[in-house]
Amino acid sequence: MRRDLPVLVDYLLIPALNLALAFLVGAVVLALIGVSPSDALGTLLDGAFGSLDGLGYTLYYATTFIFTGLAVAIPYQAGLFNIGGEGQATLGGLGVTLVCQAMGGYPLWLTLPLAILVAALFGAGWAAVPAVLQVKRGSHIVITTIMFNFLAAAFMTYLLIDMLRAPGDPSPETGAFPASTALPYAHEWAQHLGLAMEESPLNLSFLVALAVAFLAWLFIRRTRWGYEIRATGHNPSAAAYAAIPVGRVTVLAVCLGGACAGLVGINEVMGVLHRLVLGFTAGAGIVGIAVALMGRNHPFGIVLAAILFGALYQGGAELAFDYPQVTRDIIVVMDGLVILFCGALENMLRAPVTRAWQRWRAVPA
Amino acid sequence: MAALARGAGMSLVDILSVLAATIRLATPLVLATLGGLFSERAGVVALGLEGMMLASAFASACIASISGSPWLALAAGMSIAMLLSLVHGFAAITQRGDQVVSGMALNILVAGLCPSLGLAWFHQGGQTPALGHDMRFMPITLPLADTLAGVPVLGPVWNNLIGGHNLIVYLAAVLLPASAWLLYRTSFGLRIRAVGENPHAVDAAGLSVAGLRYGALALSGLLVGLAGADLSIAEGAGFGRDMTAGRGYVALAALIFGKWRPVPAFGACLLFAFCDALQVRLQGVALPLVGVVPVQFVEALPYLLTVLLLAGFVGAARAPRAIGLPFVKTR
Repeated sequence: MRRDLPVLVDYLLIPALNLALAFLVGAVVLALIGVSPSDALGTLLDGAFGSLDGLGYTLYYATTFIFTGLAVAIPYQAGLFNIGGEGQATLGGLGVTLVCQAMGGYPLWLTLPLAILVAALFGAGWAAVPAVLQVKRGSHIVITTIMFNFLAAAFMTYLLIDMLRAPGDPSPETGAFPASTALPYAHEWAQHLGLAMEESPLNLSFLVALAVAFLAWLFIRRTRWGYEIRATGHNPSAAAYAAIPVGRVTVLAVCLGGACAGLVGINEVMGVLHRLVLGFTAGAGIVGIAVALMGRNHPFGIVLAAILFGALYQGGAELAFDYPQVTRDIIVVMDGLVILFCGALENMLRAPVTRAWQRWRAVPA
Repeated sequence: MAALARGAGMSLVDILSVLAATIRLATPLVLATLGGLFSERAGVVALGLEGMMLASAFASACIASISGSPWLALAAGMSIAMLLSLVHGFAAITQRGDQVVSGMALNILVAGLCPSLGLAWFHQGGQTPALGHDMRFMPITLPLADTLAGVPVLGPVWNNLIGGHNLIVYLAAVLLPASAWLLYRTSFGLRIRAVGENPHAVDAAGLSVAGLRYGALALSGLLVGLAGADLSIAEGAGFGRDMTAGRGYVALAALIFGKWRPVPAFGACLLFAFCDALQVRLQGVALPLVGVVPVQFVEALPYLLTVLLLAGFVGAARAPRAIGLPFVKTR
């Protein structure tokens, strides 16, 4: 392991500098669009953190991104790049829908665990096919998972138009779920506690996401299977030599990622939409890649990165609201820039920072 | 095929039109696949094909609508794709970054950038204005077209299957053998292949690994740029959101399916394109035994085929040995 730099510089300063570079290029893009970057930053920060409902939206987006971030990070521990979060989340939403439609009248404490289980199973199932194909047939998981995103989208369109659409409804969505399946909102809880909080889509799923992130950390760092996953990621041939069943571990890691992506359905479908809507994932699977890279594939890092991207999403929505020439595509631009600078160009600043650090240390205080 | 054609109620004209559509749809795939070929044979993962192609489609459409010249537009599209290819190279070669991550970053960045800039510049919901005939590469009528028009079979074949395509289609037809020749019959091609297999040997021979890889990537960008321009200023008339629709990934799949060789990869492109052409034709048509297949399943056919081909037939295909690995001079 490289230890030329203190942990704080390595894990905080360098990602922060890379992020700053991504924002700098983002500012250039904003200028090209004809928006003053400093005004935009003000709108963004104010929109994301300036009010309680803004903060609620930020954490609501963060909830989804924790799930999709983990969906990338867990397979990444095994050395696999899961681009399929979008499709896995779509299938998870389908699982949640089936549970919610069947569980009208049952109490939520029964419905929610079942919905979580089925969403995770559906997500994992959709991820399992590319994983098994990679292990058994050597087909590249990056391309297969991308194809599975397209397939999931086509499958969902078919289901929503031909099978699940509410009778008489012209739009491709199911009817509303029974009221008993809706997750409680944060502002409802705040009301019970006598606090006034403006309405936002933040719901119980946020706690589910935190719990899942914690469980993912426990699994990866504290269990034998987690160790096998990490060993496989470090060096597959050494892992195989150490009698680790690399193929099985690979499939397990990808399926766990798919399960996390499937849970997006809990937040979006069960928590907020209360029906299955075409395209409810809205690119969250792609954001998950940026979140995982930013969070260094560590569950706690991912929670922080997800909140950052949640703020970016919520602030970006405000930006799109304030400026007619800005759409939410600008957020996709930021995703791409963050993935580029924090992922692919991660080491660009490391050499100069290391040099600067050593020079600074060499100067007697 | 014959049974399928009968079931779908197809005549010779229908079959010809499906085949002509196959050629049109194969063109961007072939060009992107050739671009990917040079990149991957030089040892750099070409996951950014989708983004490079989309950026070129956008840049071409922008310049075409501003300048009115398809040639300037083509140059712009190719330049942008090459620039992105070199950015990918900077991450992969100079910075030794993760090439899969870099490719995805490009794809995502471009997917957001094009509609953002398009909306700000043209105020048409992220699209570029529709392009007039003089701003595009229009279908070319071959000589003797009138003479042969009345001749059965030969007439339609000459006019609609061989003729009647745009310039970029014919360029692709020339560039395929040219690329194969460059890769297998020139010393540059030999070095590209060597640098993807064993960069240390190339280095020991006194050649620059980085230089060769940058060269291959520049070439790759030019070819992918042609593919993008075909979509927006030749086949299409303007840029539309996500107009590449996964073709970059399909091209990559064709490359793998063709085992990183130009001619088999070309065959894979034709197969994908045929499938795509057929799906347009099959929508709403009742097939023997299965009946009417839902539109979405037919639309999903190319993606499904990609998965099946990658899983079923590639098997022992061996990628260039040094692919995805950053070159470090001393071990």
